[in-house]
Amino acid sequence: MHELSIAHSLVEIASEAACQANAKRVEAVTLRLGALSGVVKDALLFSYDIVIEDTPLAGSRLQIEELPVVVYCPDCDVQSTLPGVQQFRCDRCGRPTAQIIQGKELEIISLEYTE
Amino acid sequence: MSTRILDLHQGILDKNDRLAYELRREFEAAGVYVANLVSSPGTGKTAFLERTLSMLIEQGCMAAALVGDLATENDARRLERSGAPVRQIVTAGICHLEANMIASHLDGWRLADFDFLFIENVGNLVCPSSYDLGEALRVVLLSVTEGEDKPLKYPPLFNSADLAVITKIDLAEAVEFDCSATYANIQAVCPGIPVWETSAKTGDGMAAWVEYLKRRKLDWQQAIRSRE
Repeated sequence: MHELSIAHSLVEIASEAACQANAKRVEAVTLRLGALSGVVKDALLFSYDIVIEDTPLAGSRLQIEELPVVVYCPDCDVQSTLPGVQQFRCDRCGRPTAQIIQGKELEIISLEYTE
Repeated sequence: MSTRILDLHQGILDKNDRLAYELRREFEAAGVYVANLVSSPGTGKTAFLERTLSMLIEQGCMAAALVGDLATENDARRLERSGAPVRQIVTAGICHLEANMIASHLDGWRLADFDFLFIENVGNLVCPSSYDLGEALRVVLLSVTEGEDKPLKYPPLFNSADLAVITKIDLAEAVEFDCSATYANIQAVCPGIPVWETSAKTGDGMAAWVEYLKRRKLDWQQAIRSRE
């Protein structure tokens, strides 16, 4: 389980940003998580609550926006949103495609804070 | 007291990715082709790597290895039998390698002396997928004893790989390994990925794999030259 180390990196980045913004209290951190990021949402939420203790993020909540995988088919010039991560193929022609447009995200989007 | 939103849009692994980018540049400048080997524990990464190192050295190539494990230096001792320079990275419980662990284990090595550098990642089919180590090639290994549906169970790692190697092919018959189902599952999660079948024990497929690796290195060198 590497979600704990992911949570540490997340909190390090967000804490620094909160200090620079002179945040009095951070209410929420919003994160974008792709289906191919290799990170498990529940494990990350669990780790977050442990890691934020005694940091500028203490008491904040983590909001996770989950993104499905989107692939591009060069033959059809079409993007397909995949229902899972087991079949990388075009919705229209059914041919396999390895061109990933979305799904690897592991990104902090924003901080909600009071000043 | 007012509520504000601060836009960040920052990758959580940016720090690792930046370091990996620098490492990749350093490897390219030195002309050392770096392969990151990932698999679950027990796939036979070490046996596969030991044989690969021995063969490369026999053929006059300079090859070195970094090997990651949670504990012990056993794997480094095994790999040293090949005659290659080897360093063990003991992660002390961390389930994957990160770019800074690679950077901190290169001191004293002249990278330009090496043709190949192998990184044997910690045995784990989940966590290593998120961490770029600056490698030119990510190789995922899967043994015939693990079950044909492994790629479907661990898609992020298989999808992140450039190459798949099926190991312990000498046991295929004994375990009734379904080769075509395995290929189909690998291709489903990573369309177009090349797949090699090998046995480090009998040597089956190893010569073809080493030849292929050397060809990939030539392609890589050409790509760097044409970029410059």
